[in-house]
Amino acid sequence: MEVLYFAWVRQKVGVGSERVSPPPAVTDIGGLMDWLSSRSAGHAEAFAHGKQIRAAVNQEFCTRDHPVRVGDEVAFFPPVTGG
Amino acid sequence: MATIRVQEAPFDVAAETAALSAGRVDVGGIASFLGLCRADDGLAALVLEHYPGMTERALAGIVAEAEGRWPLTGCTVIHRVGRILPGEPIVLVLAASRHRTAALEACAFLIDWLKTGAPFWKREEFADGQSRWVEARASDDAAAAKWG
Repeated sequence: MEVLYFAWVRQKVGVGSERVSPPPAVTDIGGLMDWLSSRSAGHAEAFAHGKQIRAAVNQEFCTRDHPVRVGDEVAFFPPVTGG
Repeated sequence: MATIRVQEAPFDVAAETAALSAGRVDVGGIASFLGLCRADDGLAALVLEHYPGMTERALAGIVAEAEGRWPLTGCTVIHRVGRILPGEPIVLVLAASRHRTAALEACAFLIDWLKTGAPFWKREEFADGQSRWVEARASDDAAAAKWG
């Protein structure tokens, strides 16, 4: 599974993307956020601001209960501020 | 028929506007929104980041929504990324139609939805070297929500 990070989420995690293999117990975005938090201090700091983080699966915005599967492209980022 | 671009380079508003009516005589009006970089609080530059791939998909979805709501003869959405200085353009939205109401409403809809529905993030750089990410504004959510 490819996980991408943008804006301050990327800065706190320390990388823009990484390939991960979460355990089978991780079935949705919320579970993936919890699991990613345990990977490093940077991940923990980023996901400590979980309420301010938005997500996308396969380039579509989604909510915490959206399923994640092997092969998905998952992204985490702050609320968007373009325009 | 729609033009959607994400680019670092500046854009030519006159050329983009002319392109929407070039070679045709059924366009009655073109509404435009040009977003510029303001120099608030000693801002030295804005740095725009986006999610390549998803950005284009999200913009295409927003344009398709506008085309479904209003009878447009064409529309253009160009958003810059990278480092943008105060006074420089950031985003251009053009909506063309036979009549002004559709063009004006579609243009407003496109920029309102773009602000909350496309994955761009702004970081402010200040003259003293400080930097901070721009926070999303509730007023932008309200502007997007009013279109239903």
